[in-house]
Amino acid sequence: MPFFFTLKISFAESVIQIPPFTDIVTRTPDHHLHLSLSFTSFRYLFTDELYGLAYLFSLRTAFLSTLICLLIGYPMAYAIARAPHGTQNILLLVVILPFWTSFLLRVYALEAIIDNDGLLNTLLLRLGLISHPLLIMRTNLAIYIGIVYSYLPFMVLPLFTALEKLDRTLLEAAADLGSAPWRAFLEITLPLSVPGIIAGSLLVFIPAVGEFVIPSLLGGPGNLMIGRVMWDEFFGNHDWPTASAVAIAFLVLLVGPIAIYQHVSGRQLEG
Amino acid sequence: MEERYPPLLVSVLCIGLAVLYLPILVLIAYSFNASPLVSVWGGLSTAWYVQLLHNRQLLDAALLSLEVALSASTAAVVFGTLAAISLVRFARFPGRLLLSGMVTAPLVMPEVITGITQLMLFVSLLQTFSWPHRGFLTLVIAHVTFCIAYVTVTVQSRLLSADRSLEEAAQDLGSGPGRAFLEITLPIISPAIVSSWLLSFTLSLDDLVISSFVTGPGATTLPMLIYSKVKLGVSPDINALASLIIAVVGSCVIFAGWLMRRTERRRELEMRMAEHTDDSPSAAAAIRSLS
Repeated sequence: MPFFFTLKISFAESVIQIPPFTDIVTRTPDHHLHLSLSFTSFRYLFTDELYGLAYLFSLRTAFLSTLICLLIGYPMAYAIARAPHGTQNILLLVVILPFWTSFLLRVYALEAIIDNDGLLNTLLLRLGLISHPLLIMRTNLAIYIGIVYSYLPFMVLPLFTALEKLDRTLLEAAADLGSAPWRAFLEITLPLSVPGIIAGSLLVFIPAVGEFVIPSLLGGPGNLMIGRVMWDEFFGNHDWPTASAVAIAFLVLLVGPIAIYQHVSGRQLEG
Repeated sequence: MEERYPPLLVSVLCIGLAVLYLPILVLIAYSFNASPLVSVWGGLSTAWYVQLLHNRQLLDAALLSLEVALSASTAAVVFGTLAAISLVRFARFPGRLLLSGMVTAPLVMPEVITGITQLMLFVSLLQTFSWPHRGFLTLVIAHVTFCIAYVTVTVQSRLLSADRSLEEAAQDLGSGPGRAFLEITLPIISPAIVSSWLLSFTLSLDDLVISSFVTGPGATTLPMLIYSKVKLGVSPDINALASLIIAVVGSCVIFAGWLMRRTERRRELEMRMAEHTDDSPSAAAAIRSLS
């Protein structure tokens, strides 16, 4: 429902009033409904290369962070799935717990570490490993670190579910038949955990594309994460139609990944 | 079967967990730092905590956040449970796919989009019906919307794994569907309801993006206040506040987890005892084959 209203407003024209947009359906004097669609916002979206760049930048950032998450999360999930049962529950709780604590506060906590005079730099300077503080804050690297740190639990949990369901006897059979452990992993474990990989990756990727808090707090002033661009358009420029148009275009872009995710998770839930 | 546990795997796990927890621990440590500078350790002090208690603006925001979170999570649990039941128990009804898609959409939708679309809905409603005015009410409605998604998914998975024959047995023994639901289904899904309430509560308490969009003048939630302060850099009183929130939420979650595990274990024990005292396994099998 809300989506349709946004669609409606994205077709409206920006005017300076409250709320700052015109109505697209107006009543003409002879009681006919008159529909006036304005494509200004959309045309603006395509002509100003800022938005194209922002979409590309967001997609790239989200993709790379998802990849890093997967590389860290897979071994973690694998280790948890193979831990003894009692330890497994504790480990799971330990992984989930940060997810319960405030997202905003965790991003803020990260700032204290990677800031120019934060813990990491202080430590490295004291140890004499570097002579100048590393500039991590307000760079794209900080955004990557922030996303990986915040969304790691989202990656680990679906992977764990997939790996835990895996039939251990298959691996034993492979070992009995003389396959090396790494080959058994590549040919049995990895293919069977693909649903977990897909679910986890999308759970990280989709919110990461639209992330606002991380780029706004950790990223540099010029970074072009789409969530930030939309926020600025909305709160900074009070250009609601353009912000809506950005949102609509963004949503269209994400329909594919979201549909895949719902398909995979639906199958996992019911199957 | 005890298998080899590769040291590489253990070290990755340890590093991963350390990365997850280190920032939080550092934050808590700094909140006791007497010096306002992050890089200087000025000795232990609780001055920042005392300062929090005298910050009127902050207390107001915290109170508003708590009110919103309480109402939103309670409403979300009611609607979400109903949605989950209708999705699981009534296999086919018109619009089932639409309902499941709509309910879980906010789960995967980026927050900025949920926020902006909700606001547009409220603004359009306000123009048409001159209701609702932006503020507490719109905050609650928006929070309910995204919390429902989490509730539905949690309760749904619990319902799917529940033994349906218990409910059927109750109905066979003459209890009405309402009573069977209250006495059999509800206790079974209650752990999921409790945990999804907790989850909704913390999510609502924590939400910044959606709240910023839908809120009105005068309604500033705690995350919005924190955000505007944090934007200016690390500040020690926010460290203290953050440590407090993390400590409270963390201990609540651990306590709830412990409580849930205990009731789960007791129920398992009761089930096992019931199986042992019941000397007619064939009867149970017969009932199962009938259903």
